[in-house]
Amino acid sequence: METVEINLEEQFQARIDADIRIEPKDWMPDAYRKTLIRQISQHAHSELVGMLPEGNWITRAPSLKRKSILLSKVQDEAGHGLYLYSAAETLGASRDQMLADLHSGKAKYSSIFNYPTLSWADMGTVGWLVDGAAILNQVPLCRTSYGPYARAMVRVCKEESFHQRQGFEIMQTLCEGAPEQKAMAQEALNRWWWPTLMMFGPKDADSPNTEQSMKWRIKRFTNDELRQKFVDMMVPQAEFLGLTVPDPALKWNETKQGYDFGEVNWEEFWNVVKGNGMCNKDRLGARVKAHEEGAWVREAALAHAKKRAAKAETQAA
Amino acid sequence: MQVAPSETAALNSYSPELRQQLFLCVLQLADTSLILGHRLSEWCGHGPVLEQDLAMANIALDLLGETRSLYQYAAELEGQGRTEDDLAFLRLAVEYKNPLLVEQPNGDFADTVTRQFLFDNFHYHFLRALKNSPDERLAAIAEKAVKEAAYHLKWSSEWLIRLGDGTEESRKRLDKALDTLWRYSGELTKPTATEQALQAAGIIPDYATLLPTMEAHLNHVFQEATVPVPQGVFMMTGGKEGRHTEHLGYILAELQYMQRTYPGMKW
Repeated sequence: METVEINLEEQFQARIDADIRIEPKDWMPDAYRKTLIRQISQHAHSELVGMLPEGNWITRAPSLKRKSILLSKVQDEAGHGLYLYSAAETLGASRDQMLADLHSGKAKYSSIFNYPTLSWADMGTVGWLVDGAAILNQVPLCRTSYGPYARAMVRVCKEESFHQRQGFEIMQTLCEGAPEQKAMAQEALNRWWWPTLMMFGPKDADSPNTEQSMKWRIKRFTNDELRQKFVDMMVPQAEFLGLTVPDPALKWNETKQGYDFGEVNWEEFWNVVKGNGMCNKDRLGARVKAHEEGAWVREAALAHAKKRAAKAETQAA
Repeated sequence: MQVAPSETAALNSYSPELRQQLFLCVLQLADTSLILGHRLSEWCGHGPVLEQDLAMANIALDLLGETRSLYQYAAELEGQGRTEDDLAFLRLAVEYKNPLLVEQPNGDFADTVTRQFLFDNFHYHFLRALKNSPDERLAAIAEKAVKEAAYHLKWSSEWLIRLGDGTEESRKRLDKALDTLWRYSGELTKPTATEQALQAAGIIPDYATLLPTMEAHLNHVFQEATVPVPQGVFMMTGGKEGRHTEHLGYILAELQYMQRTYPGMKW
């Protein structure tokens, strides 16, 4: 029995190494399945919880056009949540169980959504920086080894890059506007810059799952590599906008052809992960409330469907 | 979606009085879609199940699209240089002419479904007739919106049936929602002086002609839902003439916040 396992595992790794996609019915190590369920459901939860900080500004958007774009963007996130829950379901996880894990606090979601959105400029910054960081994390996932996840991510990434452009465009409009608008943009950048750098996760040395995930090609770049890429990409964009990145240590390094930058406040990072961010309680509370208050609606829909089916059966008989 | 500006000639063919009435009527239609779209958008991220979160955001987006086309047309009819955003964000509460129904709070999902059904049943049948308006601009707006409204009515009809003929609790909640909201349904088809003038000019449909098909659909849905149609309820009116419930003020406080705090800026 043991030799068979070993062979399966070897064959599995050989497929991964040859960049052949793993599909739902293929054999896979339990740990691979578990890692993917954890990662995909965490990603789906992030989409769901991620609706809240931006949803916070839909009713206050400053123009009809912005209101429509923002609503449609938040709606896209609900759609991403749906594709991702479906991808996780192909691994044998159920949506009910995944949601129960979110609500109990067992499953995590991206910590960035535990920061509050305090001004209209946050809608620009979240699109520009947060979606920008998400894209860097997510584009490599379009080539991740598990087929349904990779395919879901192709759709997600297309929409995310549109979101990022609209966020940048909000920033550009603010920066070209009145002094109050430019100040609003700078204030938002000051608050969001460091939290977005945290989105890439702990330093490689402190990231226990990275090595195995790289070996399975679930992940293709390390946290620090992606963080560096992000800084190199965003600093020129901030300069273009005429905004100042709030990092006194930020400096171009000719040798590495990239920016040197200051140290992330890891104490804050771990605090927010542990539940001590400004909005952890509110965000999770809002999700639990929606789910609990929706219970009678879901029950009614099921009860009605059963009555329908029974009626159809009687009519057929 | 933006409808192409109509020919100036067409606008000039109206007498100044009729043009003013048409402006007020288009504004009323725009306010109605705006306020209901606003209400529905409050659900975003808080729906009872992800699929319905998506559905309500969809309906809100359709209504906002219709809102924009209508305000753009209203701004042209007025001819005072105001924009769609000026009309949407920079008026006083008494100047908003939406019927009372659409400003009512979301409440629970049964309240939202009931409000939506009562509105959709009017909106769909109204748009279906408005497609034939001699006013080309209104006809074009209706042509696009009626397809969306058909989906809205399907959604709210199906949910009303599910909640009525679902569980004991859903039925109790639906009954309560009808008790609260039915009294606002009559205003939809009770024409104001402005609407009467436009009906007389043949620009918008006579509501009396819509009632038979509206009633037929409503009776069918209520029958499927096993819910009796409320009878003899006093109908509240006033919204279409600017006399609102207390709820509108709070909607406007949020809606207008940015435009009032930062006047005259581009966003």
